[in-house]
Amino acid sequence: MAKKKTTSRPTTDRGGTSAPARRDTDAQTIGRLETLGAAVARAGLSGADPQLDVPARTLANTEWDRKKRTLRMGGATQRRELFNLNQSKRFMQTVLVASGVRDLVEAGKTLSLRGMYYKCLHTIAGTKEKTLEDQADSDNALEDLEVTLGSLREELHVFAKKKGTMVGNITVIDNGDEIDCRRMGTGGYGIPSICEPGVVRFGKCDAKFVLHVEKDTVWQRFNEDRFWEKHNCILAEGGGQPPRGVRRLLQRLNQELGLPIYCLLDCDPWGHYIFSVIKQGSINLAFESERMAIPDAKFIGIRAKDYRECELTDDVQIALNDRDIARAKQIAEYPWFASHRGWQGEIRRMLDNGFKMEVESLITKDISYVTEVYVPQRLRAKDFLE
Amino acid sequence: MTSLLESGQATMTDEQRGQRSRRGAVRAGATAEQMASKQREISVSEFFAKNRHLLGFDNPRKALLTTVKEAVDNSLDACEEAGILPDILVEIRGASSGVVSANDDRFVVIVQDNGPGIVRRQVENIFGKLLYGSKFHRLKMSRGQQGIGISAAGMYGLITTGRPVRIITRTGAKRPAHEVVLKMDTSKNRADVVSDTEHPEDNAIFPDGHGTRVEIELLGKYFKGARSVDEYIQLTSIANPHASFTYRTPATSSAPEGESLSFPRSVEELPPQPQEIRPHPHGIELGTLIGMLERTEQTKLGGFFAEEFCRIGPKVAQQICAAAGVTAQSWVKSVDHAAAEKLYAALQVAKVMGPPTDCVSPIGVRTLIRGLEQGLRPDFIAVASRPPAVYRGRPFIIEAGIAYGGNLRADESARVYRFANRVPLQYQQSACSSFKAVIESNWRLYGLEQPRGSLPVGPMVFMIHMASVWVPFTSESKEAIADYDEIRAEMALALRDCGRRLRAYLNRRKRMRLAGERRDVFRRYIGEVAKACASLTGQDAEPIYEALLSTARRKTVEMDQVLDDEGRVVRDLERLEADESVYIRAGAEDGDDADAAADAVEPGGIAGGTTPAVRRGRRSAAIGDGEAAQGTLFDESDDGPPAVAPGSVRRKVIVKKKKVRRRSGG
Repeated sequence: MAKKKTTSRPTTDRGGTSAPARRDTDAQTIGRLETLGAAVARAGLSGADPQLDVPARTLANTEWDRKKRTLRMGGATQRRELFNLNQSKRFMQTVLVASGVRDLVEAGKTLSLRGMYYKCLHTIAGTKEKTLEDQADSDNALEDLEVTLGSLREELHVFAKKKGTMVGNITVIDNGDEIDCRRMGTGGYGIPSICEPGVVRFGKCDAKFVLHVEKDTVWQRFNEDRFWEKHNCILAEGGGQPPRGVRRLLQRLNQELGLPIYCLLDCDPWGHYIFSVIKQGSINLAFESERMAIPDAKFIGIRAKDYRECELTDDVQIALNDRDIARAKQIAEYPWFASHRGWQGEIRRMLDNGFKMEVESLITKDISYVTEVYVPQRLRAKDFLE
Repeated sequence: MTSLLESGQATMTDEQRGQRSRRGAVRAGATAEQMASKQREISVSEFFAKNRHLLGFDNPRKALLTTVKEAVDNSLDACEEAGILPDILVEIRGASSGVVSANDDRFVVIVQDNGPGIVRRQVENIFGKLLYGSKFHRLKMSRGQQGIGISAAGMYGLITTGRPVRIITRTGAKRPAHEVVLKMDTSKNRADVVSDTEHPEDNAIFPDGHGTRVEIELLGKYFKGARSVDEYIQLTSIANPHASFTYRTPATSSAPEGESLSFPRSVEELPPQPQEIRPHPHGIELGTLIGMLERTEQTKLGGFFAEEFCRIGPKVAQQICAAAGVTAQSWVKSVDHAAAEKLYAALQVAKVMGPPTDCVSPIGVRTLIRGLEQGLRPDFIAVASRPPAVYRGRPFIIEAGIAYGGNLRADESARVYRFANRVPLQYQQSACSSFKAVIESNWRLYGLEQPRGSLPVGPMVFMIHMASVWVPFTSESKEAIADYDEIRAEMALALRDCGRRLRAYLNRRKRMRLAGERRDVFRRYIGEVAKACASLTGQDAEPIYEALLSTARRKTVEMDQVLDDEGRVVRDLERLEADESVYIRAGAEDGDDADAAADAVEPGGIAGGTTPAVRRGRRSAAIGDGEAAQGTLFDESDDGPPAVAPGSVRRKVIVKKKKVRRRSGG
């Protein structure tokens, strides 16, 4: 059975980007795909139950590595069986996507998630049923495949839609093109989906830290106020929950260039979880934490105490609904928050307030209050949550 | 009504007198002598002539049915008592020749049997006198009870058309057939003979050499459908598969010659002849006891109890006497009212066996199945015959049956066929305890749809039969069984018994359908799996496909097995088929299976029900991920879900924990 040999990442050197290295990775991927296919074929031919053991992407199967301060995927697997009425289709989709990936890797081309969906989409012979109902089916199958094979999505030649923007005192070399992030106008540099060293390299960098904000609207405010110039930093945004590309880029800025990462996010469970994902890694992709997590990331705000400290008016309050409260309590119980006194206090204070606040709420003080007063003050006072 | 009949004439006179005297009071001046001159006895037949609805002659439509019914009941009773397999001819024809139109309301009902015939001197009594019969004074199971039926029908005919009743009867091939035309004299409760002819040589009418034929002309209305004569014959044939019926309908515009329907005999043996019994100590009332004490020929109480009741021996008689403060040697004559009351109380608590049950002859499971099968042609029949039980000291047996599927209509409420002593009950359904027993059972427990407080919906027929020495009807027209707790409870038990087996059958049908779906689900996906494996490994797809296909077959069979508590495979198919109170039409399931397979090809048929998407939505776990959407919780946010194409923001499956296996050494 195509069991994962180890739970840790394969130790492929991703620094070298030469064509032969790339071919090695591809060969390895194809080897893994063949092993998977052969196991299913062998089980089928011997009359046994074809099954796949897919590492479980669940909270229960996520381990908090206290030393590394990142999430790690546990050893639990979920068995997918062909001859189980509820899993039969999912099983078929997984091997179907696997064969699609093999075609892709052999052709040396890449596809988007959407493209992969169309690649594997057809009507099952003799029926009116399609192999995939919608893209979620192929996305899920692909994630199953990633964890089962222990291959990254990039190694499977599949990428996600681009999301996230960056600007600041740095030059990056993206696929050979030198990009000066100091001269990006109002739009900024679009962070690519694949930010592996093979694609994106760092050039000259004067920035002293990275400020990551939650969304585009806030990013625009900082960019217009030339915040990155005044404070000599890099300004990034991930469009809400940051995609893998943004997280990988932030992680590399932190790891390779030693820049501290500061996050400015909303004061609500959504914001808290974004920070958790940036810092510890996500539950679904716990197997990628080593490559994505930034254990040193810091949370500037918005803090629950800011309502009083910044003397905000009642107008900025957005009442917490029942789901928010349930979610906040859930987040408070995550092991990496549970043992953190600062975060326990933060979440409790938010729940005591009974409302959430967006970063934009600071605009009620002054249009540029957030860029000229709030963030500089907090940075100076080193007032943030770890 | 029963008590009214028992002391019929006296009660009538009292009532009549009451009316007269009230009227008398209004008209001042009438003396007691004047009034007395107008007071006279009314005959029972006169009373019923005025109150014919009590006997089931409310309207022309029902009158036609009741007439046929009374005549057929008598014929069947007579045949069975004489040990003859009944051949019964029922014919309805218009009184005027030609085709019957909707406005025609005069019909001639002819019922002929191959029974023992009637001795000439009894003809007037049987057909001309109300409350004359062999059945009222005994405790014995029979169709007719009071001896009202056929004479009432004749009387009704006479009243509405002025035509007398014509009877032809012959008691044996060596004796002459008698043709008697009778006209009832309602005021005297007896019949006048209009003509009396002997036909010594006439064997043409009765092929067996004996039998009776009755012809009654009456005001009626011929209908088809519910509560019709047609339905009556069909139902009677179901409950009496040992009888054969030939039924000729009147000539109508749609059938100018009239239809001739035959309901052949499907069981070649007569039901066992029920025995007559003495009263059971738990089944009498105080007045009856006093009456018995007065009439008995026994002189001592011990003998009285032992001889007049069933299930009382000398020892029990002694106990009863002792409980009442007397002895078995006490004289019957010495029992006064107070003592009778004590004896009555002692009788009620006496520990005695239930009444003998050979006096009740059930239809029997096999015969019931034959009847239902031939009458309804369903896919499935379950019947239950309860052990005898007792209400008011009268033994009775409840039998129930459920017929399901086949030609029965699936989109309608179930129907309830009610029978009492093998006679179908067609009116007053909702007043009948059998109907109440059906609707008060929770049929949802047995896999059926049932709107609250009504009949279940589905292709099914409930059949309930009560056999007893005395069926308690709610009225003299014998349309509904009275609601005794003991009776209703027995009915519910019998119905549930059938229900359990119906559920087993329905579950099996469902399982077979599921198995079909499974086979299909596996089969449709293994093609894809085989192809994908081939492309992954460079092997040939065909052998992989074949191997998977045979595994799929084996898996499906395994999954269809049900294990019992000890983990053994339950073979309920065999068990259900070995059950002799169950009938399953051969090949009924094969059709189902084929349907299921055909359905399955439709997109979304099976897959729609079992697709992961459905489960995903339900379990929407609130755990996020770097790239996939956060799910329902944060949908209000401006930020669309990243990395997922438009329109596909579904969450990943977070499968139940119990399915998560710890990998050893992981």
